[in-house]
Amino acid sequence: MLNRREAISRLLADRGDMLVVAGLGQSCFDCFAAGDDPRNFYLWGAMGGAVPAGLGIALAQPERRVLVVTGDGDALMSAGAFATVGAEAPENLAICILDNERYGETGGQVTHTARGADLAAMAAAGGVGKARTVRTEAELADAIGALRSGAGPLVAVVKVAPESEPGALPPQDGPHLKRRFRTAALGVEDK
Amino acid sequence: MDNWRDGIFEAIKAAGVTQVAYVPDAGHSRLIERSIEDNDLRAVSLTTEEEGVALLAGAWLGGAKGVLLLQSSGVGNCVNMLSLARTCAFPLVMLVTMRGEWGEFNSWQKPMGATTRAHLELCGATCYRCDRPEDVRETVESAFRFAYFTNSIAAVLLGQRLIGAKVFEEPAPC
Repeated sequence: MLNRREAISRLLADRGDMLVVAGLGQSCFDCFAAGDDPRNFYLWGAMGGAVPAGLGIALAQPERRVLVVTGDGDALMSAGAFATVGAEAPENLAICILDNERYGETGGQVTHTARGADLAAMAAAGGVGKARTVRTEAELADAIGALRSGAGPLVAVVKVAPESEPGALPPQDGPHLKRRFRTAALGVEDK
Repeated sequence: MDNWRDGIFEAIKAAGVTQVAYVPDAGHSRLIERSIEDNDLRAVSLTTEEEGVALLAGAWLGGAKGVLLLQSSGVGNCVNMLSLARTCAFPLVMLVTMRGEWGEFNSWQKPMGATTRAHLELCGATCYRCDRPEDVRETVESAFRFAYFTNSIAAVLLGQRLIGAKVFEEPAPC
């Protein structure tokens, strides 16, 4: 099975000026472990918020690439947001869902993706036509190219091993994360 | 006098808003129509109001201002997502049309209508209320100043008496 941390490390290498929203839990840790960057916005809570937050950035910055990295639990909670993304159809938005079929932070309880739910099909049914499931190294290599630069909106559901990775905790201070993101992404200095 | 609805639109424009996120309400219908028609505004229809809280956090990360239009019932859907705005000190303006109060016919609107302000205040929002048309534009302008200068959540509650209670077509039971 694919390893989540390796997948994100490869996805974020040579990221250019990409802006990243990381969903709560392991997805945050994976993005941080790949190398902290002020253009990463880490969600330590707000479950269900990663995809709509990414959409808000994508609409505000249509010339910039926006990547959402999140888990299957977070994506299931905001399943309706696939329809909002499909309706708005931002070409600069890419969504990578690390699907370990588990709620990783709460004891590894299975999510609905272990019991038949298909997040790529849900995204496609919501209007995000470019949605795929990734299971092999070859598929991952192709998906990384699409997530970095393919015309969006697009969703790649990467099936990853359920094992947790070593701790890698990003900064938690919300105003700090917000200010450094806006400074790095926009060049503004908030007072 | 319905021009308070246009007053909200003008206040939104004057504040520099570019993203208008909404779950429709009859009380906001004119504002939604004008937002869709305006080429400088992105009117984003949501599947649930909490999406709008996260969307507008993203908007601000991307340098854009926004406004969230919702009905009092939708405030309940926002509760946990408001922790995003509060914890990170995101500016957020919510314009809430009230149900479950003045002349309401639908008892299912009562629980959220009766507790909308309390919910918002528990979530850290500062609430302003409008029941008179002449107060609306100024109040919305104040909410934008408050939210964007102090990096906090401002909610304007538009009373059902102001909006006009929804009329039920069957004769009243009393």
